[in-house]
Amino acid sequence: MAATSGNSGAASLEFRAVTKRYDPGTASPGAVNDLSFEVPAGAICVLVGPSGCGKTTSLKMVNRLIEPTGGEILLDGVNVQTENVTALRRRIGYVIQQVGLFPHLTVGWNVAVVPGLEGWSKPRQLARIEELLALVGLDPERYTDRYPSQLSGGERQRVGVARALAADPPLMLMDEPFAAVDPIVRSRLQDEFLRLQRVLAKTILFVTHDVDEAIKMGDLIAVMEEGGHLAQFGPPDEILAHPASDFVARFVGVDRGLKRLSLRTVGDVQVGPIGRSSGLPILPPETSLRDALAILLVADTRGGIAMDEAGQPRGLVTVDAIASALGDELPARAGA
Amino acid sequence: MDIVAVTAQWLADPAHWQGPNGIPLRLGEHVALSVVSLILAAVVAMPLGLWIGHTGRFSWLVVSSANAWRALPSFAVIGLLVPFTTLLDPNLGFILYPTLAAMIVLAGPPILVNSYEGVAGVDRDLVEAARGMGMSERQILFGLEMPVALPVLAAGIRSAAVQVIATATLGATFGFGGLGRYIVLGDANRDNGELFGGVVLVATLALTTLAVFVLIERRLASPGLAARTAG
Amino acid sequence: MNSEPLVRWDWIGAHLGPILDRVGQHLYLAVIAVSIGFAISFGLAALSIRRRRLYPFVTLLATAVYTIPSFAMFAALVVVSGLSIFTAEIPLVVYTFILFVPNIVAGFDAVPQDVLDAADGMGYTSAQRWWQVELPLSVPLVVAGLRLATVSTIGLVTVSAILGDRFGGLGYYILDGYHRHFPTEILVGGLLSIGLAVLADLGFVLLRRLLTPWAAARAAAR
Repeated sequence: MAATSGNSGAASLEFRAVTKRYDPGTASPGAVNDLSFEVPAGAICVLVGPSGCGKTTSLKMVNRLIEPTGGEILLDGVNVQTENVTALRRRIGYVIQQVGLFPHLTVGWNVAVVPGLEGWSKPRQLARIEELLALVGLDPERYTDRYPSQLSGGERQRVGVARALAADPPLMLMDEPFAAVDPIVRSRLQDEFLRLQRVLAKTILFVTHDVDEAIKMGDLIAVMEEGGHLAQFGPPDEILAHPASDFVARFVGVDRGLKRLSLRTVGDVQVGPIGRSSGLPILPPETSLRDALAILLVADTRGGIAMDEAGQPRGLVTVDAIASALGDELPARAGA
Repeated sequence: MDIVAVTAQWLADPAHWQGPNGIPLRLGEHVALSVVSLILAAVVAMPLGLWIGHTGRFSWLVVSSANAWRALPSFAVIGLLVPFTTLLDPNLGFILYPTLAAMIVLAGPPILVNSYEGVAGVDRDLVEAARGMGMSERQILFGLEMPVALPVLAAGIRSAAVQVIATATLGATFGFGGLGRYIVLGDANRDNGELFGGVVLVATLALTTLAVFVLIERRLASPGLAARTAG
Repeated sequence: MNSEPLVRWDWIGAHLGPILDRVGQHLYLAVIAVSIGFAISFGLAALSIRRRRLYPFVTLLATAVYTIPSFAMFAALVVVSGLSIFTAEIPLVVYTFILFVPNIVAGFDAVPQDVLDAADGMGYTSAQRWWQVELPLSVPLVVAGLRLATVSTIGLVTVSAILGDRFGGLGYYILDGYHRHFPTEILVGGLLSIGLAVLADLGFVLLRRLLTPWAAARAAAR
């Protein structure tokens, strides 16, 4: 039997003047105030901000674990409040920080929860389980019949993602999904998730308090501040290059210039003639400008040799060239 | 025939408050022997439980003790002891020893188990920290583990006390005295006043003991630990 | 006392039928009490979970009742319900509350919050969440309660022998043997009732293992 592969299409998501008030008249933590932004289908939008800024509340209003007091949330143009809430939640993938895998079910049956609730046939479920576990990098042979208690933190997170993808939802909600693992595992999970996204192109709303994760993961970033206000919305480079307020500037950090450099690679920069190449460091094309800068500063040479995709030297990259790259527009990210 | 009236009458009758079958004497028997069995059981069970909890060795003894205790009906224990204790002493071995022995045997496990759990329940990190600071094993046991274990320990003694009082009551069926005797006699003489009087006295003793222990346990839980030991 | 041997095997041999009947009666009395006790306790536990403030009262009441010696309670009920099955069963049922309720409550409390949140977010209805997530995960502690209550009840059935020879299960032999100065009977009654309790205990350990395959996996992973 053919498994369902490929995706059912991603949905667009829009917040229109969404408000959540807990205590009428007072500002309480977790409240949201007049939040408006649009996420096109297939994009990752990251909600980032300090604790209490309302980012998790906003996320939970999409699948209506929390109901808004004002405004609308539109999924593919349709107000989420008009749909039956259980049906809505089954259409939306949901990944939380602690994962919440059911201890009494095997990994396989955990992944198949929503398909099971939707009444898929057993063979279809089994095929889907195998497909998804492989997709998140877990060998189905070894993992399907294990129990969550036998897995490491990183493995559990992967199962959590697989479970959220099981019914091929048009939208995924992720609430600090990688926060509970150590930095090395987290970095790997982020990379693999981005790789997955290039294949699946789902619409994703992602919450984090870590500005570096936001910059790495997001096609669009919504910076929220205490009181539940939207401080700035836009692509990462724009927020880093032109923070809209003192709050945003402080939140992204004084080193935002360097952060912008990590969004570009050696391939994006102007090169000059190499001249004598001995002693100059080699810079592969995928090296980020931030890493390239660090390498050049330590090497203390005229510059470095930028390589091209074919492995041939392209030209000389200098510290000045890197600095001037900050003035350019960011080239479009593939797949965004 | 109003039960309440008849019982009240029986309890109010001053004749029932004196003599060899008088309430004070029966109550005294009941309480004294309960206390004695608790002490005898505790003398063995508590040090043993504390030691096993502190060192972590022989914990299987505690587990099997707990299981055995639950599975031992006191009725059966008293009954089974009779043929053997009568071999020791035909008189006392028939009316006193079986019940008393049963009381001691059945009081042991709750004290043992709770002494163990009280001490073992102390956070091992805490104990290591204490050891690292240079506290001797004795100081750790008495200065750290026991104070923390006290509420659990008290609960164990409470459990044992309830068991002992009930066993003593039951012993009246096997010739023992105590407050249970009134129930047995009341039934034999068809005297509802006596029967129910016995019931009331037994229940009062049991509930009073419960109340006393609950109060003690509340006092023992220091405020800092209260959040941890509650519920 | 008597110069007879302690155990008269011929008596046992001659009375196998009645002994078996008594075992049956013992189990019958116990099963009724545990079943009714469980049903009522489940209700009390559900109430306590929904209204937490009631929980301490429920526990206190159950504890107080349990503290009253069974002998006294059986005797007291004779006046109310004579020598009927109610007199035997009511105390047995009531004594299970303090064993069931805390375990059932703890069982449901033990379900991790993140599991509940994930279930809500994924689109379980409340009913589905209760049957498919909370109930299975509460099993270990609920079964622990069943184990305690069953073993305790089997023990207390023996005391009902004081109500006469229509009750008591194996306790009948203990009391009768005592009155007749007949050790064999006491041993049969006493040892068999202990044996029954032990078997029930082991049975529940087995049941818990069967119902919770994931717990075995976790233990192995440690």
